[in-house]
This record gives sequence, structure tokens and C-alpha cells, in this order.
Amino acid sequence: MILVYINSSNGISKASFETVTYGKKLGEVVVITNGNASSNSLNTLGEYGASKVLVDRSVDGEDAQQLTKLVAWAAQEIGAHTVIFSHDLTGKAVAPRLSVRWKAGLVSGAIALPDGSGAISVNVFSGKAIGKVQVQSSNKIISLLPNSIQPEKTGSPCTVNEITANIGSGKIRVISTKKPEGEIPLPEAELVVSAGRGLKGPENWGIVEDLAKSINAATACSRPVADIGWRPHHEHVGQTGVAIRPNLYIAIGISGAIQHLAGVNGSKVIVVINTDPEAPFFKAADYGVIGDAFEVVPRLTAAIKKFRAN
Amino acid sequence: MKILVCISKSPDTTSKIAFTEANTKFDENGIQYIVNPYDEWYALVRALEIKEANGGQVTIVTVGAAADEPIIRKALAIGADEAVRIDADPKDAHYTAMQIAEYVKKNPFDLILTGKETINYNGSQVGGMISEALDLPYVSIATKLDINGNILTLEREIIGGLQVVEVSLPAVISCAKGMAEQRIPNMRGIMAARTKPLQIISPIAIEDLTKFSSYEMPNAKSSVKLIAPENMDELVNLLHNEAKVI
Repeated sequence: MILVYINSSNGISKASFETVTYGKKLGEVVVITNGNASSNSLNTLGEYGASKVLVDRSVDGEDAQQLTKLVAWAAQEIGAHTVIFSHDLTGKAVAPRLSVRWKAGLVSGAIALPDGSGAISVNVFSGKAIGKVQVQSSNKIISLLPNSIQPEKTGSPCTVNEITANIGSGKIRVISTKKPEGEIPLPEAELVVSAGRGLKGPENWGIVEDLAKSINAATACSRPVADIGWRPHHEHVGQTGVAIRPNLYIAIGISGAIQHLAGVNGSKVIVVINTDPEAPFFKAADYGVIGDAFEVVPRLTAAIKKFRAN
Repeated sequence: MKILVCISKSPDTTSKIAFTEANTKFDENGIQYIVNPYDEWYALVRALEIKEANGGQVTIVTVGAAADEPIIRKALAIGADEAVRIDADPKDAHYTAMQIAEYVKKNPFDLILTGKETINYNGSQVGGMISEALDLPYVSIATKLDINGNILTLEREIIGGLQVVEVSLPAVISCAKGMAEQRIPNMRGIMAARTKPLQIISPIAIEDLTKFSSYEMPNAKSSVKLIAPENMDELVNLLHNEAKVI
């Protein structure tokens, strides 16, 4: 039996459908969650392969110590041998704790299903290489890097059971949460438009945002741009920022230092727009445009709008 | 206030990565090891700032072999007061975390800091594992940490937003960008580091729960297809019909 933990406090994300799809390929899936998502939204997890959803409304979504107890309780309850998380903020906090509590090996940031020998691929050296992890314990924990598997609808809505695991209250108090406002979360985005110092200043980001809007993409940036405060830190992709693997990554005015490439080389298709034909990023690109971003980007946005209109 | 900072070695960020022994072992030939940047820039420096403001002691701990002592001396040169090296070659995060947890059970600390992940294995595991082994609260990937008496106030960057949480000591925190600024050790620090106490302790027996069976390099890209800057209709056409991503 496979147990999948999902964080449903901000609605059910694409990453949740991915983890359920992944679990379904390994066996029968039961989902454990907490928070206040409605039963009518939770039951859609059945369409992706869950046979049942367990929800504990009494647990708020922030204390890793408490969530670990909840997941361990559910694993015991259903007799799970594998627990799957999304490799997001919550999964990164809860999965390691569960590994100790349950004495189960953890594969963090899985990018594929287990191969014939049971080994699971993960990015190592910040995306410069791939490592194959063997779990040596009988129970296993996997946290799945977002965008590593396509969600697949294979079933129909499932039952949702309200449960109480009686795990007590948490020790971490949430003082305030500034919720994201309709933005596409970067790690989950399928299309990403990213820009660097070549844009010359934060006031020039309008052309980047227009291009992103035209294809419904998330925006990202290189490290120097985040460091000098042109863009917020959560947009920084690269070795010391967020590692992403979108279907399309458009890099504008980014030279492509090895540390930046590390965070994006899992992207399926890379487009590089740069004035410098010697920019190292062109070596990692599928499509390249050598030209001035201030001319090329608005032209690309117009071409996409024209294409979309037809 | 006793603060423990867990540090790990990692290859310099500009390192070319390669493997040996039929792709089962990381090729250390020519690799320069540094203190893992998240451990050094954020966890260690913030610990030193807290000590400078409130008094106390900053201890660093690493699980590693004698060859790793340069990174310990670097952390001492930046300003840590004392160091502990648990003498083992760690095979996975669980092994590392259990060694550190065992040390803390015998030598309690008020605050335990780690970096948010290492830049070689990127697991983001050790902090959470230590906290569970010690039954302590854990706040991961914090970008700001303030302390008032016994209460920690932390900020975490959630996607596109920000969360502020509070927790009482003792606690385990993993530290990310924003928490502090990198410090370059000065000559006085480097000299002082030579004589600061370094305790070497033996590991306890811990089973490995995972192992890396092999490594591979990501598929090399075929050569880039260049599109004239005037011809963005062609790029759109390729992205739609050839790459099938829009």
C-alpha cells in the first residue's frame, strides 16, 4: 500500500496530482492530508488514482513535527510500505523527520520512477549530474521533484474520510502568512521566462512580464539580479536558488554561468536570447537568438499573440 | 546561549563534476572542497551575529575524516569558538544526522542551525532528521531569524509570499539566503583558528538507509539552432511544431 501526503491548505496543486499519479504506478494509493480543502475538491484525487483520501481537519499545515506524527499514524493505519511527498517546502521538512521516526530510507527530489533494480534518479551536484539511489530499508520514502511526471487521469472521484489522528497540538505558531496572489508557483510552472543583468535595470522587466503573460509562464531571474534587489529572491533559479525543470525555459540576457545552468538544465527545451554570441548559455540551448533583448523580446511576444489569435 | 552549527564540505561551486569506478564514485581528482555555502554564509554567520548581540558560544560540528579539517579551520577562522569532528566517512544523510543527534543528546544546545541543503547531494535532509531524533521543533528553509529571550521569530519564503512563525527554544532551524551576509575571515581570525579547540569523537554504529548505486551525466544537448532576431514567427513555429511546448 502506498501513502501519499499532500498539502491542501492552499487548494490542491498540480504537484499533488503528480504525486498521486506517481504513487499509482507503484501500487494502491491512499492520500493523507490536513487543512480545510472541501471534500468535493479532495475527491478529485481519485481521478489520478487515489482509492481513498483521509483528511484530519484538526491539524494546521505548518508544524513538521505534528505532520510527521499524522503521516506516521496514517502509514500504520493503512499498512503502507512506501510514503510519497512532493519535494516542496512542506515535504522537505516532513519527509526527513518521517525517515527517522519510521526508520525508512528517504529519496529526496526524485525525478523518475524506480528503474528495474529499484534505483530512483535524483539530481545531485545541484543539477550537474544525476544519482541513482537505492533504499536499503523495507519501508521507503520518496519526495518527488515537481514537474518530473505528467499527472494522468485514470479513475473517478474517490471517497473522502474525515479522520482524527489525535496527535496533539504543534509547537510552531504561525504569526502571519502573506499568500501568493494568483502567481504561477515557479517550481510547478511548465513554462518559465527568465532574465538577467542583460536587462540593465528593474524598470525594464515589463517586456519580460509581457512575454510571460502571453504564454501563461512564470517569471524567474538569475542570481546577480536577485542579489542587487531588482527581483525578489524567490525568483532566483540556479545552484543556490530554486532548481526547476519546466517544459520551456526562455533565458533573456543571462550569460549561463555553470551555477545558473545547474538550476535549469532539467528543462525540456531551452531558448536563449543574448547579444553576445559567445555566451556559454548557447551551448546548453535548443534554440538561440543572437540579438538585443529590447528588440527581440517584444517581437517574440507579438509573434506569440499573433499565433494565439489564429 | 549555546548554538550548534552543523557544517558539511562540498565541492567548490565552479567544480567540473565527474565520476570514476564505472560511475559509482565521485571523482575527487582536482576538486577543491569548501564549507557548504548554506552552512557557512547563512547558518554560521547568523549564529555569530546572535552571539555578538546576546553573548553565548558557537560550536561547529561536522561528520567527516581528518582530511576535512581545512573546512573546520575555515569555520573557526570566520568566528566559531570551538569545533567537533565526528570521525567517520558518512554514507547518507541519516548516518550523518544520527551522529550529530547522539552528540547533542550528551551535550545539549539551545539552538541548532544547518544550511537548507548541501550543494552536492541537495537532499535537505539532515536538519529534519536531527530534529526528529531529538524530538525538537523544526523550521526549515528560514530566510530571517530573530531571537527574543526564549522565543525565535522566523521568516520563510513561501512561493510568491512570506510566512512568519514563532517557536520556543530549543529548536532546529535550516537556513537559506537572506538570513545573513557572507563573512570573509581576516588574518587575526585565521591565526586564532589554529589554536581553537577541536574535539574529535568516535562515531556510533548506525545503519545506512540509502546508498547511491551509480551516477550519470545529464543528456548532452545537440547543438543550438539559431534563429534570426528578425524572425520571431519562425521561433514560435519551432516551439509549437517541433518542440511542442507552446
